[in-house]
Amino acid sequence: MQIFTWLADYVAYNLLHLEKGQHLTSAIHFFIEDTSKIFFLLLVIIFIITYIRSYLTPEKVRSLLVKKGKNVYFAHLLADLVGIITPFCSCSAVPLFIGFVEAGVPLGVTFTYLIAAPTVNEVALVLLYGLFGWEIAAIYILSGEVIAFFGGIIIGALKLEKYVEGYVYENVSTEIDLEVEDVKITFKERVNESFEYTMNLIKKIGIWVIIGIGMASGMHGWAPTGFLAQIAGPGNPFAVLIAVLVGIPLYSNAAGMIPVVSELIRLGVPVGTALAFMMSVTAVSLPETILLRQVIKPQLIAIFLGIVTVSIIFTGYLFNFLIP
Amino acid sequence: MIIKILGTGCPNCKKLYENTKKAIEMGQVAASIYKVEDVREIMKYKVMTTPVLVIDEKVVFKGKIPSPEDILKTIFNEMLNKNKDS
Repeated sequence: MQIFTWLADYVAYNLLHLEKGQHLTSAIHFFIEDTSKIFFLLLVIIFIITYIRSYLTPEKVRSLLVKKGKNVYFAHLLADLVGIITPFCSCSAVPLFIGFVEAGVPLGVTFTYLIAAPTVNEVALVLLYGLFGWEIAAIYILSGEVIAFFGGIIIGALKLEKYVEGYVYENVSTEIDLEVEDVKITFKERVNESFEYTMNLIKKIGIWVIIGIGMASGMHGWAPTGFLAQIAGPGNPFAVLIAVLVGIPLYSNAAGMIPVVSELIRLGVPVGTALAFMMSVTAVSLPETILLRQVIKPQLIAIFLGIVTVSIIFTGYLFNFLIP
Repeated sequence: MIIKILGTGCPNCKKLYENTKKAIEMGQVAASIYKVEDVREIMKYKVMTTPVLVIDEKVVFKGKIPSPEDILKTIFNEMLNKNKDS
């Protein structure tokens, strides 16, 4: 990643002839380095994930879970792992849910997948890796996976099938065709489609990433560290709680929030607090929850939201304890 | 020709609806478009990802938003297939 520092050095000192050591210089240097690095990573990583995903359709995931998931813990683990690379649009949550339940995937396993897929968000992953390195990115994946694994197990153990709307189970008896035919797409088409998807996504979130990094570089030289440390720093025991409650409604602007979050870490906000904030922004999606109401009753929605929120808050405190 | 767009009402589904409308205008195709938002109706098509484009009860796209040009191509292909059959 050294190359992006060189690029920023070259642009700031050789092209723009900025003076070293100035606030403005360091802000511009930071902006160039981080935008170029993050857009490069977004392009490469999202392309790779999209390419792999073109082989793993929801139908395949379902048949995998039904055929290989005889052992319930293994089924949870499998749902958890495929959840990393197959995020789905929140509007697919309902048909996906019904499709899983119809085929006999246990409710708990279905929820593990429903939690894992949005919790580990590939854009957030790219930003964390780009800004903090692989250790923090790995912690992010791991905590998301643990939350999804145990969240699903708890929901399974509570026997909550009664809170699923009756019509979902109406079709269970009908034979579901689990043989998934391989879609005949050529390698070239897969690459083209993945590239197109990647470019569309970058177009959609790019402006937010730039705004986010812009705000972060604005804070880079000037922000009053003391003030931030006071409200969100290690001194405030409620910081994680507040961060999560603020994060949940911010769902739609996840990509733009994250560079700001990363700058908060640099300014002394503990990693756990920042991580909890980011996970609450990406994992708890209000649009998805509203749609899920069509298939599950409010009690189960409340339990689902409760488990995820509590786990994220717990993760936040845990990491603040481990990495003070 | 009957074209249906299946989706629970998210921005992606609206985009697919607009693209389909454009495709029909571009190709001067005689078709009626319907939106299907009821989950039970959607599940009859055995799909797990939305939005979905259905042409005369056949699922032609699912889980993505094709461009108006791609939709028009598919519409023409479907018309050719039908003529062969009859």
